[in-house]
This record gives sequence, structure tokens and C-alpha cells, in this order.
Amino acid sequence: MSKAVLVDVTKCVGCGGCTVACKMWNDLEFDKSMPSHSENPKLTSKNWTTVTYQKVNKGGKQVWRFVKEQCLHCEDPACASVCFSKAIKKTPQGPVVYYPNLCVGCRYCMVACPFDIPKYQWEKVLPSITKCQMCVTKIKKGEAPACTSVCPTNALTFGDRDKLLAFAKKKIENGDKYIKHIYGEKEAGGTNWFYISDVSFKELGFPTNIPKEPLPHYTHEYLKLTPTVFIGGGALFTALSIYTRRRNEIAKEKEGK
Amino acid sequence: MTKKWSFKLTPTRKILIALVIMSLILAIYRLATGLGISTNLNDKWPWGLWIGFDLTAVALAGAGYSICFLVHVLHIERFKIIARRALLFSFLGYIFVLATLILEIGRWDNFWRPFISWGIHSPMFEVYMCISVYTFIQLIEFAEIFVQKFSLTWYRRIEKVMPVVVILGALLPFGHQASLGAIYLIVPHKLHPLWWSSLLPWFFLITSFFVGPAIGAIEALWSGKIFNSNVNIKILRSLIRISGGIMVAYLALKVFDLINRNAFQYLFTGGLESSMFLLEMVAGIILPVVICFSPWGTTKTGMVTFGILTVSGVVLRGQDIPLPVLNGE
Repeated sequence: MSKAVLVDVTKCVGCGGCTVACKMWNDLEFDKSMPSHSENPKLTSKNWTTVTYQKVNKGGKQVWRFVKEQCLHCEDPACASVCFSKAIKKTPQGPVVYYPNLCVGCRYCMVACPFDIPKYQWEKVLPSITKCQMCVTKIKKGEAPACTSVCPTNALTFGDRDKLLAFAKKKIENGDKYIKHIYGEKEAGGTNWFYISDVSFKELGFPTNIPKEPLPHYTHEYLKLTPTVFIGGGALFTALSIYTRRRNEIAKEKEGK
Repeated sequence: MTKKWSFKLTPTRKILIALVIMSLILAIYRLATGLGISTNLNDKWPWGLWIGFDLTAVALAGAGYSICFLVHVLHIERFKIIARRALLFSFLGYIFVLATLILEIGRWDNFWRPFISWGIHSPMFEVYMCISVYTFIQLIEFAEIFVQKFSLTWYRRIEKVMPVVVILGALLPFGHQASLGAIYLIVPHKLHPLWWSSLLPWFFLITSFFVGPAIGAIEALWSGKIFNSNVNIKILRSLIRISGGIMVAYLALKVFDLINRNAFQYLFTGGLESSMFLLEMVAGIILPVVICFSPWGTTKTGMVTFGILTVSGVVLRGQDIPLPVLNGE
């Protein structure tokens, strides 16, 4: 059963506890110049998750909203599909996991990711890609990811993807507190992290131009032709080669006569 | 007419040797310090100018396969005379690409992983496999010429596999030149609509095919000057005409694609993207086509101009496409 996390933006108070739990569980360095929760934090090789403080307009009033960012763990991830050494794989439990020992370091995953999540250890001599692994080792043991287990306001809910999605749908349909959009339900073909909110996702700084179709489909349309092109092309070239050679020979014979 | 091997230090050679030494030092610096310090790449710009030049170099090294196709598959006899030159150019091109790619990837010690861990859903996998196998194929094609002078038995052995080798040598690059374009299929939301198209692989393929003869002609004209080995200018003319013809088809397909995707509107919006695209099309395609079919295009200067413009167009595109991708904000 695929696991997922639902983020309720209306419940987050911006304490940043999730980012601290992430650093502790994954043994990531604290860097004062790169805070993981602030008005302008950055995902880096040391910050696998961040919380951004956003001042947004709601019904004519300025209000604060807090947005947690991390890998959304796509159902059909672009990063995994473009990895030519299979260093990124989608697990049946939901997490999209990176295996550094297989990585060649081409950084195609960084280019392909629609959410710009994978980051690189630029300062290292033999660097790795870094991104949220959704605490896959914990999930495999039946536990919740580190960030969700420390959230004091229940802004993060961990559970089965199907049930969580149904739960989120029911929530946004009841009353008019929430806008009618579950971010992650359809984006890039669906993800294992969902967001619900009372202000538009565009205003919260989410990328909103992401195709609803899983991105690997675009490449598959081309790659599926490979066997046909290779075998067909091989046959065609061989036939052409034999034909043109024979034609030249006949032309020479005629000249000779 | 046997010349003895001599290696005189001409000024050109001195400059080239200095360049080689400088790049060796830079390569060691890159390997010792990592990508961040040596290239200034960062999380916002994971791919830079370097990969642009790399991918362009692959396209330019297409000279080998397009001429191999004309000579060994279509058996157009009159082009046979430049087949070996094209092969040499191509072979050097691929060696250059492999060497720079090793420096470009972060985990160069892991370069062999994809041979074992097959990421078949990535166009990069096709590029990687094809480049590797094709470089080996070129090595055999090259060996055939090389051993001719030393060992007749080996020459006969290699000659036996040559029919298969030349077919593969024409086929593999067809596949990977297209795959090179397919690399960008996955970023429809990041690439500017003037460039992103589901036809990208085929655009890359056609480009690499027409740039081959253009490069071949420049090479023949310039090396002819230096080594006094003139290739008949009539042959070069008809070679360039082939390029020009394919470029007309390319241009038509490009226009059809823009209209089909409703992207024609972006053509004259001004700004960096539309100017670069127009420059690519006018200076890299339309102008060379005009030159190619004009009387001036039959002169040596005309042909060299044609070649330089065509090559510049491809180099420009090699930079244009990755730059907007990287600028994905």
C-alpha cells in the first residue's frame, strides 16, 4: 500500500520543528547562513525540507501562511525515469529513493524535476544528489516520517494514499474554508504529498504550470520507437546498401561493354 | 612519395601544445576541487555552458556518420574520397566528447555504472550506450585503415566484419543524435515554446545530418590548403547541395511545427528567446541555404562561409536550448 502525507497549510504555525526533525534523523549539518525555516529559506544539500513564512493577501487582509517544502514523491517520477543508472527508484511504499552508490552525477534529475527538488553537493570532490527520502527506512518498519511525527498542530497527516486523498477531498468540500484544489492530486500525474490551503497555491509560491500528465510519458512516446527504429533501420540500411552496391556494379558492367 | 615523420615546432603547434597543457592543469584542478569551485555551477544552474558545448560537439561529430551513410550505405562513389577525412574528424570529436563528459559528471569514478544498472527509461541511456558502442565501431573503422600498412592478415580479418561495422556505424548515430534531442522532451514546462516540441528528437537528427557534409567541406577545403591535398571542388559542391536540400526540408518542418503548436506568435515578441531563435533560424539556416543555391556558393569562399554559418547555427542552438531549461524559475 502506497503511503502519503497530507499538508494542511491552514494548520501550520511555522515552528519549523519538522525541518529540525529532518536534520536530526538524516544527520544533516545545521548551517546558520542557510536557515531551514524563515521568510526566504532554500532547499540545499543540507536542507532537505524547508518552511517558508509567506505574507499573503486574504479577503483584503495581510495574513501569514507557512509552507513546508520537500520532495513530493511523484507517482510516476520524472527524476527516476531520466536516471540512466537507476540511482533513483520509486518504491512500492511511496517514497522516491536515491541510491548514491549508483549515481554518475549527470544531474539530469535536477533538470527534469518539475518542482526543482534534487540538490547537489557542489562543494564535494565526489558529490551526491540530495533530496527528501520520505524516511523510507522508517516507513518500511511501519513508522511515520520524522517530520510528520513531530508536528505539534497536526498540519501533517501520514497515511495510506487512497484514504488520505478521500479524507482531503471530504475536507475541502465541507464548507468554504478551503479552496477547491488538492495540490498533488493531479500535478505531474499525482504525488505522494498533498497540500490543502485556504489561499491559492499560486500566491503561496507553488509552481502552477506543471502538466497534469506524468512527465515520463513525453519521453516514452519517443523511446518506445527505439526497437522498431533499430531493427527496421538496420534492415533498411542493409537492403539499401546491397541494392546500391549491385546497381553500381551493373552500371560498371554496362560501361565495360 | 614517402615522407619521413618529422615534428617541427611551428607557431600553431606551440599554441596548440600550450592549450593542451592548460586544459590538463584545469582538468586536474576540476578533479581535485569538485564542480562547485571549478565551474561555478549551482543548484539553480545544474547544467551550464559546458554541457551545451558537449552536446553540440556530438552533433558536429556527426560528419562521420552522415558521410558513412552516403558512401557505405548509398554507395555514392564520388564521396568516397572524403569518407576517411570525415571518419577522422568524427573519431577525434567523439574522443573529445568522452573526455569532457568524464570531467562534466560529478561521480566520474562511477562512469561505468550504467553498463550494469540499466536506466532504460532515460534518453541519456541511449545516448550513453550509443556513444560507447559507436566509439568502438569507429575504432574498428579506423583500425581497418591503420593495419593496412602493417599486417595483411589483420586487414583481411577486419575487412570481413566491415559490412556489419559500416551499417552499425551509420545506424547507431542516427539513434543517438535523435536521443540527444529527446533529453529535453521531459521539460515541456521549463523550455520555451519556441524550442520545446515533441519533434525535438527529429530536429536534432536532421541537424546533425546536414551539419556533417558542411563540416566535411570546411575540413576538406582547409586541410587541402595546409597539406596540399586538394579534393575536387565539384565533389564538395554536390556535398554541400545535399546539406542545403536537407536544410530546406528542416526549415519547412520547423515552420510547420511552430504553426501546429500555435507557437508562431512567440516568434516576434522581442526579448532574448525570440531574438536567439530568429538568429538561429536566419543566420544558421536561411542564409546558408541562400548561399548554397546561389552562384557564389560554388566558390571556395562561399562554401566555407556556408559551412561556418551552418556550424554556428548548431552551436548557437546547443546553447539556446539548455539555457532556458536551467533558468527554470
